[in-house]
Amino acid sequence: MPQPVPEPEFDELYRELILDHYRSPRHHEPLSEPDVVAEGYNPLCGDEVEIRLTFSNGAVRDLSFHGRGCSISQASGSMLSDLVIGKNADEIRTLSGLFTTMMREPEGESPEELGDLEAFQGVAKFPARVKCATLAWHTLEDGLTQHEQGGHAVRREE
Amino acid sequence: MTFDIQKIRADFPILKREVHGRPLVYFDNAATTQKPQSVIDALVEYYSSYNANIHRGIHALAEEATLRYEATRQSVADFIGAPSADCIVFTRNTTESINLVAHSWGRKTLEPGDEIVISAMEHHSDIVPWQLLAETTGAVLRVLPIDGEGGLRWDEVESLVGEKTKLVAVTQMSNVLGTINPIAQIVKLAHSHGARVLVDAAQSIPHMPVDVQELEADFVAFSAHKMLGPTGVGVLYAPQALLEEMDPFLAGGEMIRRVSFEDSTWNDVPWKFEAGTPNIADVCAFSASLDYLADLGMENVRAHEIEMVAAAMRRLSEIECVTIYGPKNPEDRGGVVAFNVDDIHPHDLGTVLDQHGVAIRAGHHCAQPLMGELDVVATARASFYIYNFEEELDALVEGIDAAARMFRAPARTGA
Ligand SMILES: Cc1ncc(COP(=O)(O)O)c(C=O)c1O
Repeated sequence: MPQPVPEPEFDELYRELILDHYRSPRHHEPLSEPDVVAEGYNPLCGDEVEIRLTFSNGAVRDLSFHGRGCSISQASGSMLSDLVIGKNADEIRTLSGLFTTMMREPEGESPEELGDLEAFQGVAKFPARVKCATLAWHTLEDGLTQHEQGGHAVRREE
Repeated sequence: MTFDIQKIRADFPILKREVHGRPLVYFDNAATTQKPQSVIDALVEYYSSYNANIHRGIHALAEEATLRYEATRQSVADFIGAPSADCIVFTRNTTESINLVAHSWGRKTLEPGDEIVISAMEHHSDIVPWQLLAETTGAVLRVLPIDGEGGLRWDEVESLVGEKTKLVAVTQMSNVLGTINPIAQIVKLAHSHGARVLVDAAQSIPHMPVDVQELEADFVAFSAHKMLGPTGVGVLYAPQALLEEMDPFLAGGEMIRRVSFEDSTWNDVPWKFEAGTPNIADVCAFSASLDYLADLGMENVRAHEIEMVAAAMRRLSEIECVTIYGPKNPEDRGGVVAFNVDDIHPHDLGTVLDQHGVAIRAGHHCAQPLMGELDVVATARASFYIYNFEEELDALVEGIDAAARMFRAPARTGA
């Protein structure tokens, strides 16, 4: 049989950076004394994520991400954690908005602010996988809102 | 080989196509099967030579369409061993057949405290209609647990099915585990307590010989699209006397005898349950699928699938870190193999396999409660039919190897 010819779209979905974050996730050790625990769950795929946050002076001081699910959902959480530590809620919401918009526009450009998250651009061409990429971001936003309202735990179903 | 696979494959035009530059390997037959040329031709023939509405015209085309539609009803009856065509109701799919029973039989029969018994391996379409029925009638839903190999625990069946049971709704063949359930035994037990039995035959009738009179089942539901037929056609079988006791389902034209503004009377069964213009084209073409399967012989279909499943289980178990769910013995299961590879998510596996031309299903297979029982979020599933052959498993194995190289954590590769 002929060897498979990986199509450009396939390579764009599984960019090396995404695979790297999936195989070796960052900030993976759950924080032991979080201010907020936010869980996200997508019953359709079975993706699960948990984000733990601590805050100081209105900004995210530390964040841990773990869960189980496909490479896209887990790599998204890992890359997000690198990017948002040290940022305040407004800055994070702006990033999340940019990311969600990028996921909706298969032919769009990745905005500069998103940095390495540009790796996810190819996911927009796989509509069935977009929710995998956005789950961690939506869960993070829930966590921020929960903190602003004085709560400590929140769970979302996509 | 039980039959001539290459000859069969030549009858299925879609099997000639390539996917991502590789020959299509179609292993998603539990979701829907491919269609032979004879079924495609039958659809074209209907629209190009006898398209007309049925049961109401006095012209030649209407008569011909009515004859062909009703002839299919007889073919279905013959195929499943029903005593007459009057026991066969056409619906849109298995799901609608089950909903019809919940609505037309369940609502008038069940009372608060009555019990509906289902199994832990049911498809959502054999769970949710009963949940709704329980809500509207005050009946209680009970669930038969499964054992480690995915079989029903008979001790639990005997203790759960009792005097309060009014209905046992159970699949004859699990679309995830492949488990074949002892329907005749369940029917005997249920009937001894005066309960009815609905058999979800969506996976069994397409893949093995089934005789509904031998089973003595009260309701049997299945879909044409899972047995070479067109989409949009489902079947409900029930003995005529039982159908006659039931209330109408949808209301409108075709299902009535006489209508006035004060009240209406119903058509005879099975037409009482077929309101409005039915799916004439697809029902007529379904006939060609039944002919195709009857020519092969369902015993042969079953034998071929046992060979395919045995080969698939052997090949998969040679791969490191593969978990296969369901019965160990290929003789005890239908033509489906659900599995997981390590902690690679089935969606990632499915995407890589697709690049290799291999179509499998990845996800919860419309059986979320069963996923919970197996303690997984999802599985991959390869499911086979008459046109699959062992060499196609090479592409599956290659694809899994490729996925393992891509997704496995570095510490574990080469270990
Ligand atoms: C066991 C079982 N029951 C019911 C169904 C529902 O069939 P349909 O979608 O044709 O209504 C399926 C198909 O996915 C099935 O495998």
